[in-house]
Amino acid sequence: MINVTIGQFVPGNSLLHRLDPRTKVVCVIATAIAVFIIASWYEFALLTGFVFLSMILTGISAKIFFRGLLSIWLLLAVTFFLQALLTPGEVWFGLGFLKVTKEGLAGGGQIFLRLVLLILIAFLLTLTTSPVNLTAALESILAPLRRVGVPTHELAMMMTIALRFVPTLLNEADKIAKAQRSRGAGFGSGGAMDRVKGLLPLFVPLFAGALRSAEELAVAMEARCYRGGANRTRMHSLTLKPEDYMTLLITFAILAITVWLRYT
Amino acid sequence: MSSNALPGKQAARGRSREGAVYIRVKGLTYFYNRGGQSEQAALHGVDLDVYKGEFLALVGPNGSGKSTLARHFNALLTPFEGTVLVDGMDTRQGEYLWEIRQRVGMVFQNPDNQIVSSLVEEDVAFGAENLGLPPPEVRARVDEALVLTGLSEYRNHAPHLLSGGQKQRLAIAGVLAMRPDCLVLDEPSSMLDPSGRRELMDTLLRLNRSNGVTVVLVTHYMEEAAVADRVMVLCSGRSVLAGTPAEVFAEEQLLRNVGLELPVAAKIACRLRRRGFLVPDGILTIKDMVAYLCR
Repeated sequence: MINVTIGQFVPGNSLLHRLDPRTKVVCVIATAIAVFIIASWYEFALLTGFVFLSMILTGISAKIFFRGLLSIWLLLAVTFFLQALLTPGEVWFGLGFLKVTKEGLAGGGQIFLRLVLLILIAFLLTLTTSPVNLTAALESILAPLRRVGVPTHELAMMMTIALRFVPTLLNEADKIAKAQRSRGAGFGSGGAMDRVKGLLPLFVPLFAGALRSAEELAVAMEARCYRGGANRTRMHSLTLKPEDYMTLLITFAILAITVWLRYT
Repeated sequence: MSSNALPGKQAARGRSREGAVYIRVKGLTYFYNRGGQSEQAALHGVDLDVYKGEFLALVGPNGSGKSTLARHFNALLTPFEGTVLVDGMDTRQGEYLWEIRQRVGMVFQNPDNQIVSSLVEEDVAFGAENLGLPPPEVRARVDEALVLTGLSEYRNHAPHLLSGGQKQRLAIAGVLAMRPDCLVLDEPSSMLDPSGRRELMDTLLRLNRSNGVTVVLVTHYMEEAAVADRVMVLCSGRSVLAGTPAEVFAEEQLLRNVGLELPVAAKIACRLRRRGFLVPDGILTIKDMVAYLCR
């Protein structure tokens, strides 16, 4: 079965767990922007230090972060080698038509680091924030868009339900696959075309079941007085605490420093 | 069963038929696909009173209309003919809709398809949040509902990791957080294993006896109906029999005609009687049977 646990919420009580989810979303965006701005190795060192410090503050084992990085090793490797091989400049060493340039190596290294930092930053958010809080934060941050007709509550509700049903549907898919296999269906054998065709008996019942679930869920939600976002309150009202302001301050200071170093 | 007078909502629990009527159903008729080619009458002039504080079981074979009837209690369906009054409020009047849904909570068959959130306590909060209550009040109600259903230790779990019985208790907790007067359950145990079923029945009985919650249980397990205060038998959209479990399960022939069986203990008692043993009437549950045999 597909591993969906990568980057998923790890319950805890660290500083990062306790921060308001909106703070974390904003900080993640600010840090990601900083990652794109930086150019010199000093700046890379600054940001890497910042990200590593945050990782230590989560109290989550480095292994979990590392496992997440491993899942995209191919992307990392390909971008690094393409950069290293295809950048023109002073040849460092060559193998036939393959020439590794000094500039390419530096550029590849930076792209590699940039990607790694981006992934780690995203993990800092998703590992310390429950999906429920994450959607609450997005709803709150996007709230101003409500005025121009964006259905922010509905989007957040859709996301909540989608996240809720991911494990249920995976479970269901697994069950259907077993049922079909017991009747002689062969998944993952034959040519590409056969494989696609083989998935049909998996997806048709899965979708039919999902639609039925959706209908039942809608009735159950109605029975629990759901009538859209109007009039609705939340058990966890989001409030910004002193540590949220501190975190925002530090993050934006770092963003400001990178901007200043880059453009002066 | 002895009436243990626990400090519930009402001092005098409406165990007897003289209790206050909570839901009054009069001449209820309902069709599926009205006007369409496949128009099908699901209920024909059903009359029923649900008394405050009682435990009522609705039984009947498949397609007897018991689920359809249950869905009228909180205005998920509204009658074509006849009326359904919930504490005096007509379900057809839109102005009462949300009040009725808050007062009469509903739990469905499939535990997976009624859980909204990926966190237990957030799911319990869903209904209370929909009522627009202030956050501290929601918190208090969620805690209370988790305690009542015995799920406090699972508050931060993901619902898909719970067992079937726990999931149904979670669904009940989600309804309880809205502080309803009445719980309507539509075959809540049909997808559970025996231990899940027991968990569920224990929870329902506790809520009914100790907390004064009126319970309407739609079921096809006669063992569950046997512990109710009152049983109503539906067949082809008509009420064919109603009364205490002892009265209803005394009509063995009639039940067999509509395709229902007696609870196991009652069946054994009945057969023993036929063989000439002097087994008293009114043995419906295994507990009754054990009490009789080991007296």
